[in-house]
Amino acid sequence: MSGSFSENLIYGLLRAITYAIVLLVGYILFDIVIKGLPVLNWEFVSGYPHQSGASGGILPAIAGTFYLVLGTISVALPLGVGSAIYLSEYAFQGKFTTIIRMAIITLAGVPSIVYGLFGLGLFVLFFRFGASILSGSLTLACMVLPTIIVASEEALRAVPKGYREASLALGATKWETIRTNVLPYSLSGMITGSILGVGRAAGETAPILLTVAAFFLPKLPNSIFDQVMALPYHLYILATQHPDAEKVRPMQYGTALVLLLLVLGLSLGAIFIRAHYRKKYKW
Amino acid sequence: MVDKKQALLLEDFDIEIVSRDLNFYYGDNQALFGISVGMPAKQVTALIGPSGCGKSTFLRTLNRMNDIIPGARVEGQVLISGKDIYQHGTDVVKLRRKVGMVFQKSNPFPKSIFENVAYGPRIHGTRDRQQLAAIVEKSLVRAGLWEEVKDRLNDNALGLSGGQQQRLCIARALAVDPQILLMDEPASALDPKSTARVEDLIGELRELYTIVIVTHNMQQAARVSDFTAFFYEGALVEFNATKLIFTNPKEKQTEDYITGRFG
Ligand SMILES: Nc1ncnc2c1ncn2[C@@H]1O[C@H](COP(=O)(O)OP(=O)(O)O)[C@@H](O)[C@H]1O
Ligand SMILES: [Mg+2]
Repeated sequence: MSGSFSENLIYGLLRAITYAIVLLVGYILFDIVIKGLPVLNWEFVSGYPHQSGASGGILPAIAGTFYLVLGTISVALPLGVGSAIYLSEYAFQGKFTTIIRMAIITLAGVPSIVYGLFGLGLFVLFFRFGASILSGSLTLACMVLPTIIVASEEALRAVPKGYREASLALGATKWETIRTNVLPYSLSGMITGSILGVGRAAGETAPILLTVAAFFLPKLPNSIFDQVMALPYHLYILATQHPDAEKVRPMQYGTALVLLLLVLGLSLGAIFIRAHYRKKYKW
Repeated sequence: MVDKKQALLLEDFDIEIVSRDLNFYYGDNQALFGISVGMPAKQVTALIGPSGCGKSTFLRTLNRMNDIIPGARVEGQVLISGKDIYQHGTDVVKLRRKVGMVFQKSNPFPKSIFENVAYGPRIHGTRDRQQLAAIVEKSLVRAGLWEEVKDRLNDNALGLSGGQQQRLCIARALAVDPQILLMDEPASALDPKSTARVEDLIGELRELYTIVIVTHNMQQAARVSDFTAFFYEGALVEFNATKLIFTNPKEKQTEDYITGRFG
């Protein structure tokens, strides 16, 4: 019976750890919601900041993050899906692709400040895009690319072999088969994985710090070559750089709450897309 | 022709498929050893033999489906209508249009019944909706499924029963107007009633197509086929008219197999 005792012990331990994590996340969320809710009103989300963000709204930061997310997705999704298709469908499965896969996984673990510096060097300075939405989006795109590639490859692998075989056996070419009988069924997995990755990137400060984010810029951008404010950076500024950090605490919580809601919205979007495609192509 | 005995046996028939000294390798593992056989047009040829003896592998060399397996390699020849399909420059797309295939595990696309059948003609360039509808109807009629599905062509194919799904796959294969139909244990996953339907269907299709069917069920081979090839450990042991092979096998291994002593 000692086996069953130690088994129970381990189960108990694992359960306790799980509850602890849930509790911790719950506490953080609760704290942000409770303290952020009072400042959250129409003026806050639609107004421009005053006094370095000590009063007024955070519209430019919301817009900035929104544009960055949009830019990141439109660069990273096609690139990531394309790479995944190449890697899992076309590339010769040998040592070289193994090395590429390992490199991709390693890239996923590179600290985000490194991406920030990389973006500064390549996009801001070398390509002369300056600190801009373009540079920031490209930098964030580089950062989420590994996540998207891994998720997309997984989604491609999940498509039953029978569909490919049936399609090829009817005389479809490889590309026709991928386009009509592999991609449609794996798209939901690809998009879901990508959006979740982008959602995480939307909250990153380090990569945008050097490539796009403005300290205080109370206006909306006119083009992709403009600098913008962004929610995580704004939050960082309010919390650590503002002369009256204590006094602007409610603004910090409000900003954090908006950022959370934005990421939550992205995740809900991902869930919605997945459900939609699941219904359309169920197997 | 292939060898004297076969030549004699097949002299009254058009030979549509010929394999000559066909070796097949999965990487370093040889799965087929010098297969030489001719299969007559508009007849049903059954491939029988114990599991793992290379029936599916051989079947898949006939439409080059093995091409997609990394490391797979073919030696020898497969002639279809007199042309070596492994010759350099063969158009595999054209070949597979001519040589349709039905798989062991029914695999309709997770799309509507109509889209499943229309898929082949569509990728081969038929755009006209009317024309597609005509092809879909004709194919479903031939596959004996039309009456059951004509009122719900837009329903998802995965809502059909197992037997219906397999007949849908047959209809899908017929829709590109093949000459040859390869079937890999098409009824092995079906209940007895659906199996009987598929067998009846093969009986109806034999007039129109050259059929090669893999089966591990000897009664099925006896019921549906005109000729039978017995494979054992990657080699062709015996090829003969089905009547003869089941009543008067020439080889000891064939006899052991059909009398149920192994496999
Ligand atoms: N994709 C594959 N890769 C490697 N070996 C395979 C593959 N498919 C089949 N084989 C091997 O080839 C031999 C013949 O298999 P198969 O043609 O499927 O036999 P059957 O259809 O008669 O049961 C078996 O030994 C099997 O393990
Ligand atoms: Mg088999």
